[in-house]
Amino acid sequence: MSAAAAAAASTARRAFDVEEVRRDFPALHQEVHGHPLVFLDNAASSQRPRSVIDEIARFDGHDYANIHRGVHELSQRATAAFEGARDKVRGFINAADRKEIIFVRGTTEAINLVASSYARPALNLGDEIVLTTMEHHSNIVPWQMVCRERGAVLRVAPINDRGELEVDELVSLLSPRTKLLTLVHVSNALGTVNPVKEIIAAAHERGIRVLIDGAQAIPHMRVDVQDLDADFYAFSSHKMFGPTGVGVLYGKQDLLDAMPPYQGGGDMISVVTFEKTFYNSLPAKFEAGTPNITGVVGLGAAIDYLERLDWDAAIAHERELLAYATERISAIPEVTIIGTAAEKESVLSFLIDGIHPHDVGTILDRNGVAVRAGHHCAQPVMQRYSIPATTRASIAFYNTREDIDALERAVRHTIEVFS
Amino acid sequence: MNDELKDLYQEIIIEHSKRPRNYRSQESARSAHGYNPLCGDQVEIFVKMNDGRVEDVSFQGSGCAISTASASVMTEALKGKTEAEAEELFGHFHDLVTSGEESDELDLGKLAVFGGVSEFPARVKCATLCWHTLKAAIAGKDQPVTTE
Repeated sequence: MSAAAAAAASTARRAFDVEEVRRDFPALHQEVHGHPLVFLDNAASSQRPRSVIDEIARFDGHDYANIHRGVHELSQRATAAFEGARDKVRGFINAADRKEIIFVRGTTEAINLVASSYARPALNLGDEIVLTTMEHHSNIVPWQMVCRERGAVLRVAPINDRGELEVDELVSLLSPRTKLLTLVHVSNALGTVNPVKEIIAAAHERGIRVLIDGAQAIPHMRVDVQDLDADFYAFSSHKMFGPTGVGVLYGKQDLLDAMPPYQGGGDMISVVTFEKTFYNSLPAKFEAGTPNITGVVGLGAAIDYLERLDWDAAIAHERELLAYATERISAIPEVTIIGTAAEKESVLSFLIDGIHPHDVGTILDRNGVAVRAGHHCAQPVMQRYSIPATTRASIAFYNTREDIDALERAVRHTIEVFS
Repeated sequence: MNDELKDLYQEIIIEHSKRPRNYRSQESARSAHGYNPLCGDQVEIFVKMNDGRVEDVSFQGSGCAISTASASVMTEALKGKTEAEAEELFGHFHDLVTSGEESDELDLGKLAVFGGVSEFPARVKCATLCWHTLKAAIAGKDQPVTTE
């Protein structure tokens, strides 16, 4: 093989083979309560591939030191790995510049950063922030807090019975008083995929900036922040096969440049005297204090893993599984699916007549099937449907048709227990 | 079915969850709200005391089978009990659902069916929410009780 051919082979994406992919995820290969584990709680947090687990151990065992300041070898290696991860994130979401990638603790902190540094200075009495009924609490509460402080108002765009956003109504809420539109890309409770590109364009026509909560989208689709023209895009490492405690705020450079820092401390300054402090430039301005260095390196390894997958085939496999699961589970007469949008990813939320989701979750668990039961940190969605909770199965590309069959058997077993 | 599941979802529990006893509000009774933020279970307990004893106790709310059945069986067990006796009963019930061990000193009666809960640590709060709320109702506390 020529050197060029060898290089091409080493960077070529792997053909998608779910059994081969499953071998990359050690946690999937175990029994729970005497049954093979069926992990369908990916919307809460996904499992990590061996390459991420190993890279974290390798980095901690060989290259770990504090970053950015050290003149010594380990600090330089750690800085290179940390900043290398920033380049990987930039490429993964196709940001224009690495300075637009801010490392934070997770989606929640990313949203709080924008609420604090973008919205707070912009909001005056009577101004508005527009969001939707299907937001996660982390994309509601930070805005409530800043609105209360500034005398501003939250405006909420409704959803229809299928769990689809009423886009026309959302657009009609946008006005000269709107200082920001913030919405979820993919709903964690319903699975609905919002047409964010079209919505962003409508907001931009009116001069309104848009934040997209991408926590649930990023593991299930290719996200190109420039193509979407998102002003801010937030996501978490732990839902995309990386470690917890790390997330990303993408922001357009001109916006981030104009915003005051979120937290004060080390790394975010250039000169400090007791009279005046000069802030560092992007991205350091928003990364006060020693960050989660190992976590960021782990996120970089997760992106490396995803970049090696045949991503289109992985997504196609997931969509086929969701369609299969929807067909199998909705065929059970006692079951009602909550969230039947035309465009969905990963999530199957459902109710069983007369059986509380918490009981469903327990019985599924004893059948080896891990799901989430509850309000999924989206209580306004539950209120919209006048239900206390749902049972939610959420799919990743490492799930199989056998997993869905096991889910169906466990749901039928649950109904038997209560019959 | 898995034996632990069978112990948890005993017939009496399923039956009480589907047809809860004393499921009603009461005018002019002491009452308190209980809330489990983990799963969204809500319960309101109404208790009427007469001469230091529970004359009537009832509940309303929404929750899983364990929490509904626990409240239902609790209301049956409490009638005629003094506050101290109710407190003692809760102590033994709490031991039962956390350790699975039944008290030697006290006959728990129908409450003993909740012994299976101890195998499911995530569900202990479902069984105890109504009891915590009862204590608040007897004490006349206005603050909602949460399991957190």
